[in-house]
Amino acid sequence: MTDATAPAPGARSRVGQGSLLRQDTRTIKRNAAENRFRIYGLTAICIGILMLVFLLTSILSNGLSSFRQTTIQVPVTLVADRLDPEGNRDPAEMARVTTFGYAPLLRDALVGTIADAGIETELDAGDIADIVSDESVAQLRNFVLANPDLLGQTMPVEVLASGRIDGFFKGRVTYATAELDQNISPEQLRLAEALKAEGLLATGFNFDFFTAPDASVTRPEAAGLGVAILGSLYMMLVVLALALPIGVAASIYLEEFAPQNRFTDLVEVNISNLAAVPSIVFGILGLAVFINFAGLPQSAPIVGGLVLTLMTLPTIIIATRAALKAVPPSIRDAALGVGASKMQTVFHHVLPLAMPGILTGTIIGLAQALGETAPLLLIGMVAFVREYPDAPWEGGLFDPATALPVQIYNFTQRSDPAFVERASGAIIVLLLFLFLMNLAAILLRRRFERRW
Amino acid sequence: MPLIWLLAAIAVLAAAGMVLGRRRALASAGGDHRVLHSLPSYYGTNVALFAAAPALLVMAAWIVVQPLYVESRVATLIPQAEYSDEGELSLIMSDVRRVADGLNQAIRSGAISAEEVRDMRADVTDVRDRLAQIGIAVGSEVEQTTLTAAQQYRTLDGRGNVAMAVFVLLLAVGGFVWTLMKTDKDYRARNSVENAILTILVAASTVAILTTFGIIMSMLFETVNFFRQYPASEFFFSTTWDPSFSGRGGSSELGIIPLLWGTLYISLIALLVAVPIGLFSAIYLSEYAGKKFRSIAKPLLEVLAGIPTIVYGLFALITVGPLLRDAIASPLGLGTSASSVMTAGLVMGVMLIPFVSSLSDDIINAVPQAMRDGSLGLGATQSETIKQVVVPAALPGIVGAILLAASRAIGETMIVVLGAGAAARLDLNPFEAMTTVTVKIVSQLTGDTDFSSPETLVAFALGLTLFVITLGLNVLALYIVRKYREQYE
Repeated sequence: MTDATAPAPGARSRVGQGSLLRQDTRTIKRNAAENRFRIYGLTAICIGILMLVFLLTSILSNGLSSFRQTTIQVPVTLVADRLDPEGNRDPAEMARVTTFGYAPLLRDALVGTIADAGIETELDAGDIADIVSDESVAQLRNFVLANPDLLGQTMPVEVLASGRIDGFFKGRVTYATAELDQNISPEQLRLAEALKAEGLLATGFNFDFFTAPDASVTRPEAAGLGVAILGSLYMMLVVLALALPIGVAASIYLEEFAPQNRFTDLVEVNISNLAAVPSIVFGILGLAVFINFAGLPQSAPIVGGLVLTLMTLPTIIIATRAALKAVPPSIRDAALGVGASKMQTVFHHVLPLAMPGILTGTIIGLAQALGETAPLLLIGMVAFVREYPDAPWEGGLFDPATALPVQIYNFTQRSDPAFVERASGAIIVLLLFLFLMNLAAILLRRRFERRW
Repeated sequence: MPLIWLLAAIAVLAAAGMVLGRRRALASAGGDHRVLHSLPSYYGTNVALFAAAPALLVMAAWIVVQPLYVESRVATLIPQAEYSDEGELSLIMSDVRRVADGLNQAIRSGAISAEEVRDMRADVTDVRDRLAQIGIAVGSEVEQTTLTAAQQYRTLDGRGNVAMAVFVLLLAVGGFVWTLMKTDKDYRARNSVENAILTILVAASTVAILTTFGIIMSMLFETVNFFRQYPASEFFFSTTWDPSFSGRGGSSELGIIPLLWGTLYISLIALLVAVPIGLFSAIYLSEYAGKKFRSIAKPLLEVLAGIPTIVYGLFALITVGPLLRDAIASPLGLGTSASSVMTAGLVMGVMLIPFVSSLSDDIINAVPQAMRDGSLGLGATQSETIKQVVVPAALPGIVGAILLAASRAIGETMIVVLGAGAAARLDLNPFEAMTTVTVKIVSQLTGDTDFSSPETLVAFALGLTLFVITLGLNVLALYIVRKYREQYE
C-alpha cells in the first residue's frame, strides 16, 4: 500500500496516458490478486462443505444396508418328545435342552422346505443349515421356552440368514469372493438365489437392529443396538438430572450473586479450563474416582453419566450465563422496585425468562455428551453386554450396559466386514438422534427467543 | 431397602413441615398474613429445609465413610501372614465383601437364618456350597479367616446401618421440632430460606473446582506411584515404547518420546489442513460473503463441529485410510498400512476446520469497521485491506484460535485410535502408522488392568502429561485472546 500512495515516477506517467476505460497493468495485477484471494476463500469453504458431503455419503453408503436384513421362511415342526423329554411342558425342565437339541429340527425343516420347493442342490444337510445364522437356533429355543404350548405343532418361522448370505444380497459378497471364503461356497449362494426365486427368502426392514442386543463376533447378522441405545438413554437421564440443576445453580450464583473476589475468579478460570480439557482426561478421572475410589461398578450407566455430567457442565454453565445475561436489567429493577428480594427477582422473573436459552444450551450439551466415546472406553463400557439393564427404578443404572458410540467402536474392532456395515448403520442412528436434538434446540430457540 | 424407607421418612417429615410451619406461623399471626414477616409459604419451606437438609447431608457423608471405616476395622482381623502387599489385601477384602453380600442375600431370601450365619464355621459348613445351593455364586473356596472377617463385616455393617438410621432420623426430627418451635410471626423465615438457597448455589459452583481438583489429584497420585516403580528420567527421555505384557516391570520400556512425536506429527498435519481452510473460510464469510450465502455456508461448516469424533474415526478407518493407501502410499512405495499419520491428520484437520473458522470469524468481526474504511478510503483493494489491515489487527486472536485448535488436536482420541495405528515409532514418513499419547492411554487402561503394575500406571503419567500440555496451550491462548480484546473495547 505504500506503493499505492507513493508510486514510482514511471507509474505516474503511465497513469496520465491511461484511459478510464482501459486498466493499466498494475491495476490488472491488483484486481487479479483480488480475484485470486476471493477464490481462495470460496475454495476453502467449498472444501469444507465437500468434506462434509463426502463424510456423510461414505457413512450412508456403507451403513444404509444395515437397516435391511435377509430372512428365510421355514415351517419348523416342534417335535415334542425331543424338546420336552419329560413331557410336562415346564419351561424350567425344557431349558435343559440346549441349542444342540434345536439345531437338527431347523436343519431338517430347511432341507424339507428345499425339497418341497423342488430346488436341486448338491449340498449336504450341514452345508444347507449353514446358510442360516447360528443365532436363529437360539432364537427358536427362546421362542419355544416362552410358548411351551406350541410344542408338537408346525410353526412358520422366520429365521435370519447367515451374514455372508445377507451380504450377498447387499452386494458385499459375490461368487468370486465366496470362492475364496471358507465360510461360504458359491453353491450355497446359488441355493440362496433359488430360495429367493421361490419367495422363501426375502430382504426386509431390519427392525431387530434397533432392539436386539449385541451378538458374538461370528454372528454379525444378529448384532443390534438395543442395549447400547438403552445405555445411552440412561446416561442421558443421569446427565440431565445432574448437569441441569447443578449448571443452572452455578450460573445463577456466578451471574447474579457472586461478588468480585478470589473465589469467583477461581471458579471462572476452572470452568473455562474444564471446557477445554481433553475428554479422555475425564475418563481417567472417572476410572480413578468413581470406580477405583468410590467402588461403583464398571460399565454402569451411572458412572458414564457422572463422567459425562462433569464434561457437560461447562457447556451448560456457559449457555445458561449467556441466557441470564440476555435478560435486560429493567426486569430486575422492576421486580426489586416493587419490593421483591434479590432471590425472588431471580427465581420468579429472571430465570423463567432465561429458560428457553437454558434449555437450548442443555440440549446442545446433551447432544455433545451423547456422541462422546473416549472417556467411556476407560470406565469399562467396552465390555460385551448382552443383557438389557433393568429399569432405572430397579437399579438399572448400576447394571452393565454399553453406549451407542462405544458400540460403534466395538463393531469397528471386529474383523468380519459385515460389522463395518453395522458400525456405519449405528452411526446413522447416532447422527439421527443428534439431528433430532439439534432440531429441537433450534425450534425451541425460534419459538421462544425474545429480543428485548 | 431400609435406605428407601429412610428417605421416605425424611420426605414425609419435610412435607409435614411444609404444612405445619405455614399453619403455625399463620396461627401466631391470628390468621392475618399481613402481620407476618415473610410470606406464609416461606415458614413452611423453612421447616421442611431444616428437617431434610442436615439429615440428608449427614446421610450422604455416612454412606461414604462407613464402608471405609468398616473395611479398616475388618482388615485388622486378617493376619499379616496372609498377604504380602496392599494389592493382595484388597483382593482378600473383596472376597470378604462378596461372602458378606452372599450371606446377606441368603438371609434376605430366607434360605439361612441370621443365627445360623452368626455361628457358621468354615470347617463345619461348606459356605460356598451352601450359597451355591440357593443360587449365589462365590468365586473361591471360603476359608475360616475370610468367613470370620465376613461375619465381622456383616455385624459392623449392620450396626453402622442401624446407627445411621437412628442418627439421621433423630437429626431430621430434631431439625423439624427446633425450627417449628422457632416459627412465629416475627421470625425471618424468608431470609433463612434464601440463605439456605444461596448456600446451595455456592456449593453448585464449587463443583467446577472440585472437578479440576479431582482430575489433578487422581492423576498425580497414580503418577507418583508410577514413578516409584519406574524412573522418571527413563519415562521422559527414553526413545522406546515397548511395554511387556507378561512380566511385571523391569523389562518394559516406557519412553514417552515416540508417543509425543506421533501426537505432534499428527497434530501438525491436522493444523496444516485446518488453519488455511478455516482461516480462508472465516475471511470469506466475514468479508466477502453476502448475507444469504453466509446463512447457508456457516451452519453447514458448523455441522462438521457437531459430528462426534467416533464418526470421524470410522471415516478415517474405512474410507480415507484405504483411499490414501491405494492412491498414494502403495504406488509410491511409502507404506502399506491404511492407518497412518496422514490418515489421522487429514481427518482431524477436517474436524478442526469449523473450530478455526468460527473462532477466527468472531475475531475478524471484532476488528472495528473504521480500520477497514480507512484502508479502503486510501484506495486499497479489499484483499489488500484484509491482508495488511484486518488480519494483522486480528492476528493475536487468530493465534489464540490456532493454539486452541492445537490443544484440541493433541487431546483428540477416537480419530487417532481408529486412524493412526498402534505402533510407537519415531519416523518422518507420514504414511507410516504411528501412535499417540491418547491411543496409549486407551490401550493401557482398557481390558485387564492391574493397578500395581507400571504398564497400567503409566497411563496416568501419560494423562497428566497430556493435561499439562493442553492446559498450558489453553491458558496461553486465553491470555492472548483476552489481551487482544482489551485493545478494541
